[in-house]
This record gives sequence, structure tokens and C-alpha cells, in this order.
Amino acid sequence: MFLTISTTGNPERPATDLGFLLHKHPERAQTFSTSHGTAHVLYPEASAERCTAALLLEVDPVALVRRGKGKGRGGAPDSALAQYVNDRPYAASSLLAVALAKVFKTALHGVCQAMPERAAAALPLRIEVPALPARGGAELVRKLFGPLGWDTVDAEPVALDGQFPEWGASRYVRLVLEGELRLADALNHLYVLLPVLDDAKHYWVAPDEVDKLLRAGDGWLAGHPERTLITARYLSRRWGLTREAGERLELVRLAEAEGLDVDDVDNAVDESTDTEERPVPLAEQRRAAILAALERAEASRVLDLGCGQGQLVQALLKDTRFTEVVGVDVSVRALTVAARRLRLERMGERQAARVKLMQGSLAYTDKRLTGYDAAVLSEVIEHLDLSRLPALEYAVFGSARPRTVLVTTPNVEYNVRWESLPAGHVRHSDHRFEWTREEFRSWAASVAERYGYGVGFTPVGPDDPEVGPPTQMAVFTRAQDQAQDQAQAQNQNQAQNQAQNQNQAQNQTPIAAKEEQA
Amino acid sequence: MTTETVNPAGTTQARTLPVTDLSLVVLVGATGSGKSTFARRHFKPTEIVSSDFCRGLVADDENDQSASKDAFDVLHYIVGKRLAAGRLAVVDATNVQQEARRQLVQLARSYDVLPIAIVLDLPEEVCRGRNAARPDRADMPAHVIQRHRRELRRSLRGLEREGFRKVHVLKSVEEVEAAQVVLERRFNDLRHLTGPFDIIGDIHGCRSELETLLAKLGYVDGHHPEGRTAVFVGDLVDRGPDSPGVLRRVMAMVAAGDALCVPGNHENKLGRWLKGRKVQETHGLAETIEQLGHESEEFRAEVGRFIEGLVSHYVLDGGNLVVCHAGLPEKYHGRTSGRVRSHALYGDTTGETDEFGLPVRYPWAEEYRGRATVVYGHTPVPNTSWINNTLCLDTGAVFGGKMTALRWPERELVDVPAERVWYEPARPLATEAPGGHQGRPLDLADVHGRRIVETRHLGNVAVREENAAAALEVMSRFAVDPRLLTYLPPTMAPTATSKEAGYLEHPAEAFAQYRADGVERVVCEEKHMGSRAVALVCRDADAARERFGVDAEGATGALHTRTGRPFFDDPAVTEQVLARLRTAIGAAGLWDELDTDWLLLDGELMPWSLKSAGLLRAQYAAVGAASGAVFPGAISALEQAVARGVEGIDGLLAKQRERAVDAAAFTEAYRRYCWPTEGLEGVRFAPFQLLGAHGRSLAAVPHDEQLAWLDRLVEHDPTGLLQVTRRLVVDTGDEASVRAGVDWWLDMTGAGGEGMVVKPLAALVRDGKGRLGQPGVKVRGREYLRIIYGPEYTRPENLERLRQRFLGHKRSLALREYALGLEALDRLAEGEPLWRVHEAVFAVLALESEPVDPRL
Repeated sequence: MFLTISTTGNPERPATDLGFLLHKHPERAQTFSTSHGTAHVLYPEASAERCTAALLLEVDPVALVRRGKGKGRGGAPDSALAQYVNDRPYAASSLLAVALAKVFKTALHGVCQAMPERAAAALPLRIEVPALPARGGAELVRKLFGPLGWDTVDAEPVALDGQFPEWGASRYVRLVLEGELRLADALNHLYVLLPVLDDAKHYWVAPDEVDKLLRAGDGWLAGHPERTLITARYLSRRWGLTREAGERLELVRLAEAEGLDVDDVDNAVDESTDTEERPVPLAEQRRAAILAALERAEASRVLDLGCGQGQLVQALLKDTRFTEVVGVDVSVRALTVAARRLRLERMGERQAARVKLMQGSLAYTDKRLTGYDAAVLSEVIEHLDLSRLPALEYAVFGSARPRTVLVTTPNVEYNVRWESLPAGHVRHSDHRFEWTREEFRSWAASVAERYGYGVGFTPVGPDDPEVGPPTQMAVFTRAQDQAQDQAQAQNQNQAQNQAQNQNQAQNQTPIAAKEEQA
Repeated sequence: MTTETVNPAGTTQARTLPVTDLSLVVLVGATGSGKSTFARRHFKPTEIVSSDFCRGLVADDENDQSASKDAFDVLHYIVGKRLAAGRLAVVDATNVQQEARRQLVQLARSYDVLPIAIVLDLPEEVCRGRNAARPDRADMPAHVIQRHRRELRRSLRGLEREGFRKVHVLKSVEEVEAAQVVLERRFNDLRHLTGPFDIIGDIHGCRSELETLLAKLGYVDGHHPEGRTAVFVGDLVDRGPDSPGVLRRVMAMVAAGDALCVPGNHENKLGRWLKGRKVQETHGLAETIEQLGHESEEFRAEVGRFIEGLVSHYVLDGGNLVVCHAGLPEKYHGRTSGRVRSHALYGDTTGETDEFGLPVRYPWAEEYRGRATVVYGHTPVPNTSWINNTLCLDTGAVFGGKMTALRWPERELVDVPAERVWYEPARPLATEAPGGHQGRPLDLADVHGRRIVETRHLGNVAVREENAAAALEVMSRFAVDPRLLTYLPPTMAPTATSKEAGYLEHPAEAFAQYRADGVERVVCEEKHMGSRAVALVCRDADAARERFGVDAEGATGALHTRTGRPFFDDPAVTEQVLARLRTAIGAAGLWDELDTDWLLLDGELMPWSLKSAGLLRAQYAAVGAASGAVFPGAISALEQAVARGVEGIDGLLAKQRERAVDAAAFTEAYRRYCWPTEGLEGVRFAPFQLLGAHGRSLAAVPHDEQLAWLDRLVEHDPTGLLQVTRRLVVDTGDEASVRAGVDWWLDMTGAGGEGMVVKPLAALVRDGKGRLGQPGVKVRGREYLRIIYGPEYTRPENLERLRQRFLGHKRSLALREYALGLEALDRLAEGEPLWRVHEAVFAVLALESEPVDPRL
């Protein structure tokens, strides 16, 4: 990995002053050892007119993999396999950012005892990073460097493989920045934005990263329009840290606006900004619809089949009418997250007795799932190949056979109403299919018929007159219970003795039939 | 049955106490009555569970009465485990209180075994004397014995009412001394009879069809000249035209020892009617009553005795065969209880009724996982079909269907058509068992959690819980229909690490290793660089439906990856590939030669870029792109600096140039395995093994035979899809031959080949100690390994470190997966139930998530 920093000058202000500012002599090549390899600083050109410093970091690929051992073991073999085959020795990543900070530490802080006025002043700078990994592409590169005072931000995509033009561009760009900036600012931009663009860090992000970010971002990050993205990526999406950084940066911004010190504006954040009415997310509406349907079905022991990260389980537990809630998912990872969300380990005994999370699969019958009042399959069926759906139908309606089954799935007709969804795309990359209302209804009707259930349909979310609701829900009720419900309703309206007669008549047939039929 | 010995004037006589071989024996007697001594004399020490011992376990004191509750919990637990495992258990406790015995009777019933009581009713002074002789009981108050004796006397009369099926009372020291416990076989235990048998389905008074069927089976007047035994699954009577005739025939055969018979629900009801009980004369009983009216009183009495004596089910042929009327789950086999009898006669129902008002049957057979084959009747079906090692023989003869028999152990079906519809069915004969259409559903319990899979070639293979959990996710979310997923290829270990300069892998080690294992001839096969693909090709859609039970529109097989995913997202493309394979198989004459209508092939589908485009772009091409972008600038900067006279960077420049060369070589390496495809244009499939065909696993067929088949396939493929696998046979003991093998590899990899696989020519081999040998080791080319170990792996300092790799785990994994793969193929060949095949296939997938260095 490699980058160059160039400046121009004249006999009065020679370009070779760059050597003083970087604290590296232009006529010597210097070597520094960093934790992942060896950094070299050398000057391919050094005249009064033009001076270029080059930073070359040699990464030891074998050591990189060996050190990475222990983490990610048992993960997907492909990504593990890719460890030795790794762009880290070539691409400008957080490894280069760390090397930069180490080699040019004083310059990064804007300190230069020899010529403090040069360090404090803007220089004509040209920075070139030939292989910069940029998640988000050239466009994001321009968005990130654009607002920072550079005259030109040139990000040219690198082709994946010239021999296979159909493969398109790689995620690397060749970056050239030109403009009049303080050297320290330029270095800080690189130090923060290289790992941000790479969207990866070679080290575990600890809480002190927030301090580092705020220090390096001093003077430019608080007002940066992409501040949220920068902090989130820099902190590897550790949301707690990101929030902390965001709050602190907000204080900085307010203080700057008011010309005050940061401490003066602390505690002055207006909480009302967060209370304005926002549209209720679809997921929340779905949960509400499911809860209402379960209530109508008078279900108290409920299966959440495909519980994912446990949002619905959590909602069900808040309602004491649900005496037993079982979350089932095929993904152990999802269940781990769900257990954390529910704080299962710290839950009181009485509460814990109401809830259970277990791994299961609807491709198999499962005796543990029999005998429940209701089962919810919320946004589950569309994650199965159509050809495997009959197995799920049997496992749920044939084998587990709860009294009530709720199935929700996207209504594909509604997709035209999603502004962000390109035409013809499904809502989630793992959706194997999305159905129209007609398709869903005919599937549900045939399942209901085959397994002896009645079925009704409920829209979830705004019911668009043209394309219907975003989510469709089917409510299946076991036919026998349906019949019983009806019979009960009838009985209430009839004289008592009549009702008794009817009950007796009803009861006789099955008993006789059970014993004799063959 | 209560036995007491009439024992005049103290004379002793030998006395046998019959005890059923699987039962719960409850000893009853006051403290000091000698129960423990009695138990020790007549039963194995491991059969006896004593309350004193359990008290000691939980309280460190065998006489601590305050620990009794916990002690009995432990006792019940141990007894339960023994009974569940089908072992006799003897409870050594006073058991003088009814409550204590009630719990034990309950326990026996819950495991469907008979409770048997042996009572030691000895005089008080005997008990007192014995206790006094024991230091730990010497100070036991006298009233304890008196109380025990009182309670015992009170209990004696009611023991049978409490549920004990045999009660033996011993009243004196002499009687106890003279008693002999004799183990008796259960009535249903006929494991010693090995047949051969002809098991005959429901008859329902269809006398004429029965005679035709018996004749077709070779019986002459109810006797088979070759000594075969007929086994009737019950429902001899009702509905049909001549129930008495059927009874007469069957009763005569049973009496003559030519047949066995289990009762059906219709016999049961008829039996109750014959005893004068009030029963509803429905479901064809009225017809039987009418017909019996023409028979003599004597015959009716004989029928009553016959029915009375029928045993609910039989375990036959060394435990391999269970026959009963309505089916029986494994936990009831050979057991004796009311509910076992009830299940054997009526089957299980869900408690629901269908639209005809008839009870919905519980699909017990779909859950059946037992070793023994269960043959039964009761549920009329148009055609018999094996479900999980069970077979229903009721093909509705009386409803105008046919009467069916199963020859055992041949497993051949013999049937005769009904002469007419004798009785209209209340509901149409179901063509489909519940869930049957959905593919005889697999149960989670077959794959979930820690499991042990028995394999023929490597004994028990364990699957860890976390690995099964990982496999469950892959299997459920991504794999093809499990009915078509009959095999997953095992991983393969690389050859031992080479010490040759510049090489990490070299053929010399592979040859040497096989030579050391006693394998003389190996075949080197070219290793194709694409994606592993397993193809299941059926002759047509009917064959696919018939053998594998799939009914997806026009599906004729499957093409899946090594993790069971469909190779192509579009089923139409899969079918195109299958069609081409099918044509080649047909043209090569393999359908007929192997007498099969389906074939399972293992091979490599190319190009690599076809399936791995994502990985290629994200990882491999990306590394090429980044290195290609960075080196020109870096090298030119160094050159400028050198030209300017900056000192001490010549070495650095030289090194960067070398790195640039390595990176370019890496790019070249992956490019060789990529080429554009359009539809199937450009797609190649190189089969390297035929794995299985109807009734036969081909995995152990020597590789020269295999390759001859495969060459014929390639020859007969007009479409250019199939690609030949180059090969060379090497004699591991012959230096020249080994050298030729090495040169062959050097040539092939020098020209960009991935490498080769060295396999024992005989395919399935064992080493000198009889252990299963590696089915092959891979020797990968020097350039190819850049894709695995990175562009710069050949630099001496990197190579030196990379040689520290450990192959032990990988080898063990390869062997275990190989054994599981063989097992899946064997189970498939033998027509074992889906869950058994799936169990082995699933285990391969689970083992694949064992953490092992993925570069090996």
C-alpha cells in the first residue's frame, strides 16, 4: 500500500520544506516498523519546485493471517479462505492510516518547531492514493472529500480485471486530491477517511476510538454533511459509540454556532427534537395486527415460528394474557441476538418461565411444537423456495396443528409504492418470492382446504385502493374448532334441552366410529 | 394368578415361580423377611434396585428413613430406565403399603411391562431374629416389624386387583428356600421363529379371494410344501360373504402350526358379541352374525376360544419383523399392556373426525424410526407402499380392491384382485397417507442435537450439537428437496506437505503415503478447477416420482453443490443439464447395463466463474485489481528515488518488483479458470465417479472400471457438455512409474492445471491394520496454490512458515465424511427410508462445519 504527498514551491519557499513539515529528510530513505509490517518513507523527487514524499507500507500477509487466527474460526470457509488472498498488502486501508499516524505523528498534530508558520499555513498539495478501497464508490469519495476544501477530488474507478470487462469496476479508486490546505488537515482527512471508505478496521474498536476520532476530526468533522456516515463507519457501527460521538459532535456544532465553549452548552440539548410524530414503521404495524389477531383468537400459548431477533416475542411478553411464548428460528445467531434483546439470562424466574427460544426448522416436523393455541409465521414463507413450501405446510398445519395460524407476507403489488425500491426488485435479497394478493389467497385457501382449516384475510398497513396493503395477513382457524365455536354460538341461542340433545348426538358418532371403523 | 403352596405339616417341596422375562418384579415383605437375600439368589445383581441402596445414595445412610422420598424418586428413575431399555427390574423394598405398590404398578404400566409381585410372608420371629443379627438394624423397635406384618396381611388379598398380573406368596422359610424363579418368554415374543413367512392382509370374509391368494402363494389345503408359515394380520371377518369360511380355514392353519394370527378390531368385537356382550352390529358385524347363525353352536364356541387366545402382536425373525393389525410404534414392540393391545388393534387417532364422520388416523408410520419392519393392515389403501420400514397390507379386498400378501424375508408382494365390490366403503380409499404427498416428512429429531450415526465402514461417527445446528440452517434455507439430496461429497485431504524447494505440495509424498499403507496401484486423475457438482439423473419424470417421490412439475433429478444448494437458480437450466446427461447415459447404454432408471454422478462443473462469480470478484479479482493499481506507481517512485541517488533502497525496489511479478502470476492463476458462458454454452461437466444406481452403490467399484464408464459417457455426449478426465495409473513400488507420475503432474500443472487427485485404483481400501484408507489425496499445482495461500506464498520465508500446517484433523474429517457418504449410498441402494439416508447426508454437512483450516 502506497500513497504520495506532493507540493510545489519556488526558491523563496522551496517545495523541499515538505521534509521539515513531515520531519523526514528528503535525501534519505527511512524505515519504520509498525505492528503489521514495515513502513518506508522516501522522496522520488525533491527540488525547490516540486517535492514528493512517498509512504510505502509492506504488509506481511502470512503474519496477518496467523495473527487473525482465533477470530472468525468456524465461519464460512470462503471468507476464511480469503484471508491469505487478501487485498490488505496492496490497498490503502486502516493499516495504512495507522502507519501514516505513526510515521507522520508530529505533522498530523500540526507541530513543526523548525518552521511553525509553514505548518500553520496552507500549502499547494497533491495527494495520490493509487488503490483506495471505497465502499460507496467514487461518488462517496467525492462526497467525503468535497466539503473539506480541496480544489479537485479526482476518484477514478479501477477495473476489476481488464481481461473480463464484463465484470465491471472494482471497489478501488485511484484518488488524487489537489488544493491549498494545511498539511496537518490533509493528513487528518486521510487518517479518518481511509478506513471510513474501506469500511473495515483491522483492530477491535475500543471506546477510546471516539476520542481519537474527535481529535482527528477537530475543525472539520462536526460540520461535515456526512458526519453520521463517517462516525458510524469509523466506529465500525458500534452504535453505542456512534451515538456518543454523535452527541459530542452535536455539542461541538452548537457551541461553534453560539461562539461558546463546549461545556457551556452541555445539558442544553432540546429533547423535543425527538418527539415529533413519525410514521409508524411497517414492522410495528405488523406486530400490532398480529397481537390483535391473537387476541381475537383467544390464544394464550403462542409459537413465533421464524422469530428472528425476537421483536415479536418481546411484544408478546409485555402482554400477560400470553402465558407461554415460544420463539423458534433456524438461525442460532438470530436466537442469540433475541436472547440478548430479551435479557433472558437476567430475567426473573416467573417471567422466564413464560418464554422459550429454541432452534427449529419448518422443513422438518417437530414434536415440540404440538399443542399450542396459535402459531405466527410473520414474514417467513417468502424466505423459502416455493418447492420447499409443502414441507412447511405439513410441519405447521399437518403436524404442529395449532388452533390458529397467522401468516404474514409482503404484497408484491404494493412494491410500486415503495419509492426506494427499483422496479421488479424484491424487498429483501433473501426473498425467494413475493406474492400478489390473489396468489397469496389461493395458496392459503388450498392449504386451508388440505389441512382442515378455515381462513380469513386482514390487510396490514395502509390499504391502498389500487394495490392493496404493503403486508397481507392470513388467519387460519382449525375447522373443528371453528365448527365448535359455531355450535356453541348456536347452543346459546337455543333452549337448553335442545342444546343437550344436540350435544349428545354430536358426541355419539365419533366414539362409535373411532372404535369400529376399519 | 396367585400361587400358594399347600404345604402340609412343614414338608417342603420344590416350587417354581414363573416370571415374565420383561417385567417389573416387586418384592413384598416386612423388614428382615429376607428380600435382599432372595433377590440375590434368583436375579442378577444389576437387575435388583433396592430402596436401602438408594437411601445410601442420597443420604449416606441406608437406614435414614427421612430420606425415603428422595430415595424412592431415585429408585423409580433407575427402574424406569431399565424398563425403557427392555430389561427386567426387581424392586427390593418392603412394599407393604398399598401406596408404594400403586406407584410401582403405575411405573410398570407406563413402560408397558407386567407388574409381578413376590410376597415373603414370614413369621415375625424370623424377621426379628434376622434383624437382630445385623448390627445396623439390631436396635430396630419390635413394633416396626409388627406394623409391616399387619400391613402385609391386609394387602395380600388385593394384590391382583391392584394390577399385579402374577402374585407369588411364600409363607415359610422352607418355601422360600425351595422356590425356583423361572423366566418365561412373553406370548408376543416369537423371535426364535424365522419363517419364511407369508404375511396376509385384511380378509373381511372374502373367502374365495383368500383361497386364490393362498394358492398363488403355494399353499395346498392350508399347508405349504416348503414349510412356509402364513401370518394373518387380522380382520378376518365382517362385511364379506363368508366370514365363517375364512375363520375355519385360518383356525385350522393356526391349529396345524401352518399359520400365526393376530387379532383385528373386528375379531375383538366379534369376540365380545360371542361372549354375550352388547355391541353395535355396525361396520359389517351384522353380516357375520347372520352367517354364524348357520353354523353350529360348537363352531361358534370354537371361534370364541380362538379369538380369546389371540395375542395382540408378534415379534418375529430375531426381532426384525413385527406383525400386528393396526401398526405399532417401536416402544410398544414386545411390550404387554392394555394400551399396547389397543394400539395394535385400533391404531392411533388424532382425536379428530373427517368429513365422513370417521376418526382421523394418526400417521404413526411417518414417525416410525425403528429397526424392525412393521407389517400391518387396518387402513385400506389402493396400493401398498413402504413408509419408514413399515408396510400396510390392507388393499381393500372387500371394497373391490385386492388382497395382498408379503413374502418375508424376500419382501415380495403377491396379490389377487377382488372378485367384486362386496361392501361399499364409508369413505373412498385414501390414496395418500396424511403428509405422504409431502414426502414422508422428516422429523427434526432425526437430525437435531448431538448424534451418533452408525456406518458400515467406520463404526459410529459422532456429530456435535453445534455442527448439527449450523447444518440445520443450511439444509433448511438453501438445500434442494431432501428427497433428491441423496449424497454430499466428502472433503478431501491434501497430500503431506512437501519439503521440495519452491513447493508446498508435491506428488512424491502422495505416492509414498499410499505405498506405506500397502496400496500398490493408484490412479492419478486430473483435478478440474470449477465447482463440485452432484447430479442425480432419472430416466424420466415418472422414474423421479416413482423412486424419489418428488412431484415438482417435470423434475427429473437434481444438480447440487457440495453443500446441497441447487447449482442453478433456474430449474429449467438444471433440467437442460440433466437432459444432456440423460442422453449420454442412454446412448452409452448405461441404463440397461446397470439395470437402473436413475444414476447419481459426482463431478466438477466448470468454469469456476460460473458458480463462484461473487467470490471471484469480491476476493480474487479484487486482489488483482488492487495490486495492479498500486505497483506501477510504487515501483516508479522507487526508481525515481534511486535515480536521484537516494541510498539504501535498491533492495526495496528489487523486492517490490518481485512482489509485482507474484501478483501478476496470481492474476494469471485465477484467470485460467474463468471464461464467459452463455446459457449452457461454455459450461463443462467432468464426471469422475458414478456413485449409485438402482439397488446398488457404485462407490466401491474400482476406478479403472469407473473411468471406462465415464469415458463412454463423454464419448456419447454430442453436446460438448461432458469433459474427459485425464488419468495415469502409477505403481507406487516402481520408481520409474512414480517418476512418470511426478512428471505427468509437473507437465499438467506447468500448463496451468489445478493439480491431481491420487486415488487407490481399487477405490475402497483398508490399510494393514484393517482401517479404512483415504479414498484419495489431492496434490495441487504450484501456481494454483497462489489462489489458496496468496500471491506471495512462494517466497521462501513465506513457504517456510506455511509448511507448518497440520493435516491430522483434515484427514480424520475426510475419512469420517467419506464413511458417511458411503453409508448414505448404501442406505439409498437398500431402499432404506428417507430419514435414514438423510441422516447420513445431513451428518456430512454438519461435519463440514467442524473448524478445520479451510486452505487444506
